[in-house]
Amino acid sequence: MNMQSKWTQIAILVALIVILPVFFPSGYYYRVGALIFVNALSVVGLVILIGFAGQISLGHAGFAGIGAFSCALLPVHFGLHPAIAVLVGALLSALIAGMIGRPILRLQGYYLAVATLGFGVLMSMVLTNERELTGGPDGMRVADLGLREVLRDMGLKLSGGEFWYAMCGLVLVIGVWVALNLYNSPTGRAMRALHGSEVAARTVGIDVASKKLQAFVISAIYASVAGSLLALQNGFITPDVAGFMHSIEMVTMTVLGGVGSILGAILGAAILTLLPQVLTVFAEYEQLVLGAVMILVMIFLPRGLLPSIAAKLRGRGE
Amino acid sequence: MDGLMQFIFSGLTVGAVYALVALGFTIIYNASDVVNFSQGEFVMLGGMITVFTFEAGLPLPLAAVVAIAVTAGVGVALNKLAIEPARGAPVVSLIIITIGASILIRGASQLIFDKQLHRFPAFSGDEPLQVLGATILPQSLWVIGGALLVFVALWLFFTKTLTGKAVLATANNRLAAQLVGINTNYVMTLSFALSAAIGALAGVLVTPITLVGYDVGVGLALKGFAAAMLGGMGNPKGALVGGLLLGLCEALTAGFLSSQYKEAVAFVIILAVLFVMPQGLFGRKSTERV
Amino acid sequence: MSLLQVQGLGISFGGIRAVHDVSFNVKAGEIVSVIGPNGAGKTTLFNMISSIYRPDSGTVHLEGKDITATEPHRLARLGMSRTFQNLQIFQEMTVLENAIAGYHMQESGPLWQDLFALPGSRRRAAKAREGAYELLARVGLKNAAEQEAGNLSYGALKRLEIARALATEPKVLLLDEPAAGCNAVETEEIDELIAETAKTGIAILLVEHDMKMVMRISNHIVVLDHGEKIAEGDPATVSQNPDVIAAYLGTGEEEASHADG
Repeated sequence: MNMQSKWTQIAILVALIVILPVFFPSGYYYRVGALIFVNALSVVGLVILIGFAGQISLGHAGFAGIGAFSCALLPVHFGLHPAIAVLVGALLSALIAGMIGRPILRLQGYYLAVATLGFGVLMSMVLTNERELTGGPDGMRVADLGLREVLRDMGLKLSGGEFWYAMCGLVLVIGVWVALNLYNSPTGRAMRALHGSEVAARTVGIDVASKKLQAFVISAIYASVAGSLLALQNGFITPDVAGFMHSIEMVTMTVLGGVGSILGAILGAAILTLLPQVLTVFAEYEQLVLGAVMILVMIFLPRGLLPSIAAKLRGRGE
Repeated sequence: MDGLMQFIFSGLTVGAVYALVALGFTIIYNASDVVNFSQGEFVMLGGMITVFTFEAGLPLPLAAVVAIAVTAGVGVALNKLAIEPARGAPVVSLIIITIGASILIRGASQLIFDKQLHRFPAFSGDEPLQVLGATILPQSLWVIGGALLVFVALWLFFTKTLTGKAVLATANNRLAAQLVGINTNYVMTLSFALSAAIGALAGVLVTPITLVGYDVGVGLALKGFAAAMLGGMGNPKGALVGGLLLGLCEALTAGFLSSQYKEAVAFVIILAVLFVMPQGLFGRKSTERV
Repeated sequence: MSLLQVQGLGISFGGIRAVHDVSFNVKAGEIVSVIGPNGAGKTTLFNMISSIYRPDSGTVHLEGKDITATEPHRLARLGMSRTFQNLQIFQEMTVLENAIAGYHMQESGPLWQDLFALPGSRRRAAKAREGAYELLARVGLKNAAEQEAGNLSYGALKRLEIARALATEPKVLLLDEPAAGCNAVETEEIDELIAETAKTGIAILLVEHDMKMVMRISNHIVVLDHGEKIAEGDPATVSQNPDVIAAYLGTGEEEASHADG
């Protein structure tokens, strides 16, 4: 897709975020919207990793777990403000991604998939096993961000749903803006170049290992912030946020929308977040549907939903 | 060190299962260069189908045969419906497809069967045998024996039969195999059937000991992959040795360090192998052609 | 002094000697061609010089500095770039982006500037873009700039690959069969491009099958057979060397054993 239209894409996104609430049948949908934005944020991170740099991760929920539990634990144990905890969590995720990424990203294809999967599983294992700290599988409470009260005192009264809808929407727009900046920047070009051909990328002086690492760290920060926002808006978090299924959900949303397309990825996140809300029976079928979507998209729409539709439309126009 | 022998026995038992999963990986990887992440689901299916057909009244041996046959069919379907249509797709796509297959199979099992853990009776009773000052379940001997038997059978198949040699030839050079008249599509189908059947057999053998539930597959796939890598990807002997070694490491970790974190052993091994000796114990170095 | 010095280079794969004890030099502005029958080890030699393979023996010096087995992306920094026999284009990027990628070393800067599209980042990118346009004009691809590279013809891609390599401002340029698969017109275009490039003082090392082209543009020719250097000299001398003629005509048997190289 054409990423040069940076401001067009941002305008579309902002317009959707602002206009959609008009059609909400109930306040509950602000919650659903906020959840879509959170998922979309981690998916935008994965677009950078998978779509730009061509590297896979089956363990990014591990970083969401770090972000979520930073928000849960740091205010309790170190008295940090939750907003600061989001930043510390992101920093921690970046550090861990930097540390494990250096050796892991030397791997290709299947090996990289397994190594990242292993990281995710380890992360969720630690969060589940260290009961005294994290509450184990039962999870733990998360302190309130407190910003809503500040806004109320300033005269802006928002319901919890409205507040988180706006908050997550804002963070998503920033995340998309950064990703689009990156796409057209020297660094983004280098990432996409090594995706195309690593040997050729090296011959023009691209430090392939370092660019892969940058993509990995940046995408980890996205996942971490998404995890933090999820914890804060629910006021509660369990180790499931770091689980294998969450990693798989993220990848499925990414490929469904299209790994090369930011707006497409957001569409993917929206569809797979909405499904269980609209179809209550979906919970039963969730894994079945996720699995089928992964296979079918890869076979029939390898570029993802949005780019494939766009290509179809263009084809008809000519 | 009273416990040592005991840990070794339990390590060999789970190790034999990992070895069978690793052998399954190896067969498909050799035939198609695809790493089938849904390999663990075959083990789950083997166990689950046996449980439900047995409870429906079939005698256990027949239930086991049905389970293995049905799972082999699932393997063939996987190849025909998901792998073949994606021929030539980038590795990342194939990873997503086989992971998708894994999630799909486990989602379907959850619907068709249930979310409970199940078992059926051990083949030769539950009376432990005394060996070398430790006890071992007769079922463990079935598992270990089964793995060795499969290994020998595979070895005979690949070295003594024409079909086996065709598979090896395809693994070596797909185009050349086609040129000498080998039906490589058939070889792929056969590999998936074989690999699924071996996985199912592992599930049948181990369910009386470890129980089976719809979600055990992913863990097993990871362990099997770790075992295959430890031994050297694509090498059957490596798969066997790697599986047993991984099982031993896990059991010893559980016994002497921490039972909570024994699951971490596989990943530590994966990472260690990748960074220290990427070609594994029995693998060969390869040079990328540009 | 020679810009590029190759000294006793050798490598074996699985006990088979692919290249053995090959030495030669390339001076600034000179075009040196490596020729030989299929499977003679030409591409392997290239892959050793450009650090894709680590040689078992021998050294490579660039401007007197030992660069043997230096990481490939550092080689680019030291002034060596190359193209590939089987095209290595960034297929899903536009032609212009491919050329800009060649300017990576000049345009890359602090990551945070790139993330927030700060003026520094945009300035670097704009400068690279300008250079890339000029370069595309030079290789006759300016009109295709906005197309996805995957849509270009084979000959155009070959030129794009050379342009991308030139963007790194190399002192030594390795071209692996730049005219392979090209028609006569395309071959001539590439031919001119190479000659022009050499005139700017870049040392060019070439592997090429098109003998007419090799004889026309080379200053110096190195002949490989079975991984060893069997002759070296100017085009006229080499073409009359009996060993070279024997290697090329060969016996039927030998020809067959070379054929799949």
